[in-house]
Amino acid sequence: MTDLQAARTLMAASLGFHILFAVVGIGLPLMMVLAEWRWHRTGDAVPLALARRWAKGTAMLFAIGAVSGTILSFQLGLLWPKFMQWAGPIIGLPFSLEGVAFFTEAVFLGLYLYGWRLLSPAAHLASGLVVAVSGVASGIFVVLANGWMNTPRGFRLLQGQPADIDPVAAMFNPSGLAQVPHMILGAYAATGFAVAGIHAWRLLRHPDDPFHRRALTIALWLGGISALLQPLSGDLLAKMVAVHQPAKLAAFEGQFATEAGAPFRLGGIPNLDHGRLDYAIEIPYALSLMLYLDPTATVTGLDAVPRDQWPPVAVARGAFQVMILCGAAMAFVTLWAGWQWWRHRAVAQSRRFLQAVILVGPLGFVATEAGWIAAEVGRQPWIITGVMRTADAVTPVPGLLIPLVFFGALYLMLAAVVLWILHHHIGAGTPKELQVVESPAVTRSAYES
Amino acid sequence: MSLELVVAGALLTTLTLYVLTGVADFGAGAWYLAARGKRAPAQRALIDRALAPIWEVNHVWLIIVLVLLFAAFPSAFTAIMTSLHIPVTLLLVGIVLRGASFAFHHSDVPFDQRLPWGRLFAVGSLVAPFWLGVVLGSVAAGLPASSGSFVSRYVEPWLAPFPLAVGVFTTVLALYLAAAYLTVEAQGGELQDEFRLRAIGAGIVAAGLEETLLLVSREGAPLLWAGLTGTVWGALAQFTTAVAGLTGIGCLWFKRYRWARFSIAGQVTVTLWSWVLAQWPYLVPPHLTIYNAAAPTPTLRAVLYALGAGAVLVFPALWYLLRIFKQQTLFGSDAPKD
Repeated sequence: MTDLQAARTLMAASLGFHILFAVVGIGLPLMMVLAEWRWHRTGDAVPLALARRWAKGTAMLFAIGAVSGTILSFQLGLLWPKFMQWAGPIIGLPFSLEGVAFFTEAVFLGLYLYGWRLLSPAAHLASGLVVAVSGVASGIFVVLANGWMNTPRGFRLLQGQPADIDPVAAMFNPSGLAQVPHMILGAYAATGFAVAGIHAWRLLRHPDDPFHRRALTIALWLGGISALLQPLSGDLLAKMVAVHQPAKLAAFEGQFATEAGAPFRLGGIPNLDHGRLDYAIEIPYALSLMLYLDPTATVTGLDAVPRDQWPPVAVARGAFQVMILCGAAMAFVTLWAGWQWWRHRAVAQSRRFLQAVILVGPLGFVATEAGWIAAEVGRQPWIITGVMRTADAVTPVPGLLIPLVFFGALYLMLAAVVLWILHHHIGAGTPKELQVVESPAVTRSAYES
Repeated sequence: MSLELVVAGALLTTLTLYVLTGVADFGAGAWYLAARGKRAPAQRALIDRALAPIWEVNHVWLIIVLVLLFAAFPSAFTAIMTSLHIPVTLLLVGIVLRGASFAFHHSDVPFDQRLPWGRLFAVGSLVAPFWLGVVLGSVAAGLPASSGSFVSRYVEPWLAPFPLAVGVFTTVLALYLAAAYLTVEAQGGELQDEFRLRAIGAGIVAAGLEETLLLVSREGAPLLWAGLTGTVWGALAQFTTAVAGLTGIGCLWFKRYRWARFSIAGQVTVTLWSWVLAQWPYLVPPHLTIYNAAAPTPTLRAVLYALGAGAVLVFPALWYLLRIFKQQTLFGSDAPKD
């Protein structure tokens, strides 16, 4: 393995690890706040218990997200110093704002987690809301910075160096703006469905448990709405990619030859030697129609791009398809839930439906990883599209296999412990106080418990 | 005042806040190792209680330092991250071990008693300030561009007496700050006295190390040596540090904990600022100054606006957090003497 490969693998591992916690850090606080708000409105002890349970998960997952995020901010420099030297001044603005958002999030998370007894109920709820909002803000700023790598703006190239830097124009780059809704909705969908899957699994065993029912409802609302909106944001993003990064889009869609009236292709195996996609199912004219609202529009193929500027087609396309399939499955389950709600006024009636929710539970996270792989691998061979190649940005420090092995082992260890803790939290089941208390109406003094 | 200067000032302020809060948190974690015997549970509980609501906030200062460095002084960031790849990675290991094991330890899950979360937390807390010190010490010693062998490019810049001594010194300072803070957190009783003695011990070691460092800097960090010994302000800075150091130990001796904490934080701040002043205007000697390493003006302005707006948001929030959780330790007064 070359040092470049080691650096890329390590960066991919770090980002792939961190993104899971970042996504939960966006989604879970919102659910926690929704549950607490529900308790505020009704005085019902069930959502309060839920808020507390989700807060416990948030505490641990946020801490791991914070340390893995720290690793990333260092590794940007440890692995890609030439990129950072070049790009740091241009994308410093979103990173500074992200620092502020992260700070706010940490302050109010501390208040939320340790302030149950010290803050008034309203101040406590407001703290949770600030955590949820600043988590989203962090996500937005990081995605804007990442978008800049796809569509670099806000500078002029002068003998290979950036000149006339405009940090605001750089921050509001087209790719970043289109990626933001896709990432935030993706985070809500992933967290919502994962939590729904967990509680659906508990409901299979305890079908009448109000704790898990309420949890399932909140999680499905959040995940479901996001899953239904996600194809729209994805469509918007794809149209943007088609304009600004035709090679990336061509790789996603397996579009080897530039073609008028291009079909949408499902599955298939990229055949790089012959420049075609074998064994794919084609829907005629669909791709041209989706991208340009015109069935005869021309879609740029990989043949329009020099061979040495192709992204790894198989990986980018494979990941892209996995993402779409996962999204489709989540949207399908959401529609099913809507149908159940319409017919029976309850979503958790049939066992078959609960089993389906369990099955799609992990798919949001699979889609997040796949979508991220598609986005980053599809950008290759560039670290800054059209400006700097990834190979030219890597650190001169040799022996990167050592940190790769070390951090790889570290991530596996952390992941194992996190899963163990989550397993324990989930295994704890319905909180004891809810099993004893028959009447759901509990006065505000429950707050003091 | 030039923009470069303002941004450099913001960087130094952030670093100071990180050392006074985040690095002190490492010290508190490292005191876990000294908790032995039947007093251990009480001591560890005090440390946990003091850290729990604020350690993640204190950690964010480091992220702001990093962001300021790469956004405003990208070539300095690159020089540090390249030449000091190894110690920076080891610093990261400490940060991750500390944070993760603290979170696991407090996740309400009854782990097998043999799982070493407490120990990992303590070890992470001990190595992080050491490697942070090594990184800062290497920067003070200078990072000349080198094109030699692996060792001369990536090992020699930090594997030298001065950086390693700064590492040890930073660790002791962390322990000192933490012990002094914990005397106030303890609010009387046996715990207060235990951490008082530890603070005095750490303070004496820190004072000795500070003088040793000065001597080592003659060879190891000539800019620092020249600044501290050859100038009026250098003499003044040494004098102030010594006075603050003695006051700190004296206050601890006479159980004036709040004054002790104040003096020790002052001593640490003056130490840090004397270093910065001594190598002025160099950010990473021998080539990179805050002027030739600075990003273009629009970037500096944007970053300053962002952080200025952020400060308006963050500082009141931080104030509120401290009002809620550190009411007694920050805004109260010492309990009446017995």
